[in-house]
Amino acid sequence: MDQFYGIFLYIISLLTMGGIYAILALGLNIQWGFTGLFNAGIAGFFAIGAYVSAILTTAPSLRHLGGYELPYVVSFAAAMVVSGIIAWAVGKVCLKLRADYLAIATIGIAEIFRLILKNETWATNGPRGVSMIPKPFETLPEPWNHLCFLGLILAVIVVIYLLLETARNSPWGRVMTAIRENEKSAMAAGKDIEKFRMEAFVAGCMLMALAGAFIAHYLKFIGPNATDPLTSTFLVWVMLVVGGSANNRGAILGAFLMWTIWSASEILTSRLPDELAIRTAYIRIFLIGLALQIFLQRFPKGIFPEVRPKPERRQSVSDGVTDNATSR
Amino acid sequence: MMEFINFYLIPGLVLGSIYALGAIGITLTFSILRFANFAHGETMLLGVYITYSLVQFSGVHPLIALPFGALLTVIVVLGIDRAFYKPFRNSPTIMVVIASFGMMLMVRSMVQFIWGVQLKGMTQGIQRPMIFFDSLRISPKHITIIGAAIVLMLAVHYLLSRTKIGKAMRAMSDSPELAKLTGIDTEKVVRMTWIVGGALATAAGVFLAIDTHIDTNMGFKMLLPMFAAAILGGIGRPFGAVAGGLVIGIVEEISSYPWIGVEPLLNPGYKAGVAFAIMIGMLLWRPSGLFKGKVF
Repeated sequence: MDQFYGIFLYIISLLTMGGIYAILALGLNIQWGFTGLFNAGIAGFFAIGAYVSAILTTAPSLRHLGGYELPYVVSFAAAMVVSGIIAWAVGKVCLKLRADYLAIATIGIAEIFRLILKNETWATNGPRGVSMIPKPFETLPEPWNHLCFLGLILAVIVVIYLLLETARNSPWGRVMTAIRENEKSAMAAGKDIEKFRMEAFVAGCMLMALAGAFIAHYLKFIGPNATDPLTSTFLVWVMLVVGGSANNRGAILGAFLMWTIWSASEILTSRLPDELAIRTAYIRIFLIGLALQIFLQRFPKGIFPEVRPKPERRQSVSDGVTDNATSR
Repeated sequence: MMEFINFYLIPGLVLGSIYALGAIGITLTFSILRFANFAHGETMLLGVYITYSLVQFSGVHPLIALPFGALLTVIVVLGIDRAFYKPFRNSPTIMVVIASFGMMLMVRSMVQFIWGVQLKGMTQGIQRPMIFFDSLRISPKHITIIGAAIVLMLAVHYLLSRTKIGKAMRAMSDSPELAKLTGIDTEKVVRMTWIVGGALATAAGVFLAIDTHIDTNMGFKMLLPMFAAAILGGIGRPFGAVAGGLVIGIVEEISSYPWIGVEPLLNPGYKAGVAFAIMIGMLLWRPSGLFKGKVF
């Protein structure tokens, strides 16, 4: 019986982490999937959200800035706003240029943020990180606290999904796709490309910060090396590409699927002898990279390919035309 | 004054030459293959570890093992291009950027798997610095690095300005369509770009390893300064990349000199941020760089 209970708890933790990654993948989907923006610094925005929310909610501590003990709603909102402002500044510099520059700049922002976290020990406790972060529902009895937390994350995913689907089917979403497919003709149609790109970039980064806030409260600890910044950024990319970019259901499925594979393979390799276990950890990273390459080359549409919203009027005329335009 | 030259300016010059060599590869791939190669730092990492193994195996000086290490690295890089980048030649370039992003992790994890993650040293023992004019102290390894870097840069200059393939590379960088029309074998140019970039990256990495030590994060740490150098000099301008590399290396080192009072002007922990700040400044003020490079 104990064994089953352990498995039950493991599945809950699997779903919780998968859910947090699903929020990240949905954020990246707004940027890459819909608008074609390359964000290589997901971990940076994720960390911004985690630290802001952690510092605003923890009890007073001598080791780091804190003691505000604000309610979760305020800290989550603050996390998203701070991340949004930083994203706006990055976007202001890079969105005029081609996607490559944004990729370089975002990777830089993530790195700079890691330097700040490590060096500004008065605020972040440096490499030792912020601990004793409160967790929603932690006063409830054993399985219920985990279940309620999972329920909260799933509810948030449903809300984000519904919002994004509405956005995708709205004129806003169609402009995004137009920009991704053919920037010049979107510009010719009188769309302010930079403004639309900025909206997508900021919205995506805000979702990443939300996911960061969730992970800080879920793990009750956050440090500059909580997860290897490159591996986590990369994992989100693999999730989106495998699940299907520009498809919100694909992003969610990809996140749960890849997280399950990632986590389950860790359990398998940790049973190996020590020396071998450390080395096989790198094989896992290698294989996940290979999976990305294979999907990019062979199945660029992912598991759930993109579905374009049907135009409401003049449907009979434009059907054939849109079919051609959808092939990327 | 001598303290400034000995401990800030000369190390800056050494670091700058290393960045410069790496940035040449970045700027060539960006202008000829038209994508930002994120795996360039990891090419460097691979080159360092291959050279390290050759040194361990044969016991020769790293500079003698370097050409062979570079050759083996170039073979791997050409293989990577064939398997992972070539299928996207006719797709939007952003696909190659993602592929190179993935490659970055694949190469690094492979290096960590084969060689482990412990710190290693390329050379043993401590070198006594040579003293000139009573107070100018330069360590022999720094003289070696700067000298070898100058030789390599002259070789690149000769290749690009005097040889047929070098001219073809510059033609393709200016306009791929026109280059194709004039009968230039574009695949050959692409291969040459990888050969030059891979060999210079290996050299830069080995120099860095001689100056400091070897660890599996060194490739990623070099990535941002190399991109910053390429953008500062102007994309597609190899000499701009050299100038940019030198500027960034020197500014990184002298930023922690106590210009005002006795404290370092910039906390040395933020040294890596200098390159980023320069890059963002350049993108805001003049994305084409100091030497009128390309802007995509």
